[in-house]
Amino acid sequence: MNTADRMTSPDVVASLERRIEELEKKSKNTPDANAISMIVFSGELDKLLAAFVIATGAAACGMKVSMFFTFWATAALKKSGPQAKGKSIVERMFGWMLPGGFDKRKLSKMDMCGIGRRMMAREMSKKNVASLPELIEAAKELGIEINICEMSMSLMGIRAEELIDYPDMEYCGVARFVEQSSSSNTTLFI
Amino acid sequence: MTTERQVDLTGLKCPMPIVQLTKLMKELRGGEEFTAIASDPAFCLDVKSWCNKTGHELVRLDSSSEHLVAVIRKRKEESN
Repeated sequence: MNTADRMTSPDVVASLERRIEELEKKSKNTPDANAISMIVFSGELDKLLAAFVIATGAAACGMKVSMFFTFWATAALKKSGPQAKGKSIVERMFGWMLPGGFDKRKLSKMDMCGIGRRMMAREMSKKNVASLPELIEAAKELGIEINICEMSMSLMGIRAEELIDYPDMEYCGVARFVEQSSSSNTTLFI
Repeated sequence: MTTERQVDLTGLKCPMPIVQLTKLMKELRGGEEFTAIASDPAFCLDVKSWCNKTGHELVRLDSSSEHLVAVIRKRKEESN
């Protein structure tokens, strides 16, 4: 039997097809070294800055970045303005305790009732360090995906219209994060 | 030796220099060279890592003067 005959014999073709199928399955399950997923849990200014510096930096390096916002970080994406209508008393209370607007974000250390925050803002502007709104603008332009934990939103009574305007924002549950995290080589918790 | 096209990144702090470079890449053709001038001390190592990660070529990096001067060549195949 010559080589050409061997290649086209039904047994060999079937076995090759099986092996290709297995390889395809394997490669599908291999984490992408060029993808990074992040859980953003904290709502403090310093931690949000760190999260967005890493996210925009990674995206600038050509990586696919997806951020999953949960708990205090979800509330931190609220814009300033009045609360949405139709909330329960407890949901309204959450709204008062977690005001929207990036200028309201505290520091996790040295906030000193807002003095530290203002000093930090002044130093950042003096030293030309990008502010949180600037980093979020860059994140938009770089196509960074933001997923919002729907459970956090309903728990704290946050409505979609209360959040910042962001093009690639989706509302989802933990399964979405698990899928994205398992298909990326790096996952960070901030 | 500098290239015709120059981008001024002075004053910008991490991660904005590489964010700006990424935006610039969309305007350039593959193989095109440009000069980036930066003042952020982190840019010295960051531009190397950025090039390694994105596949663009760092033709030259000069840190002898006040500002960092990097000559970068965009990689051939269109990826951005």
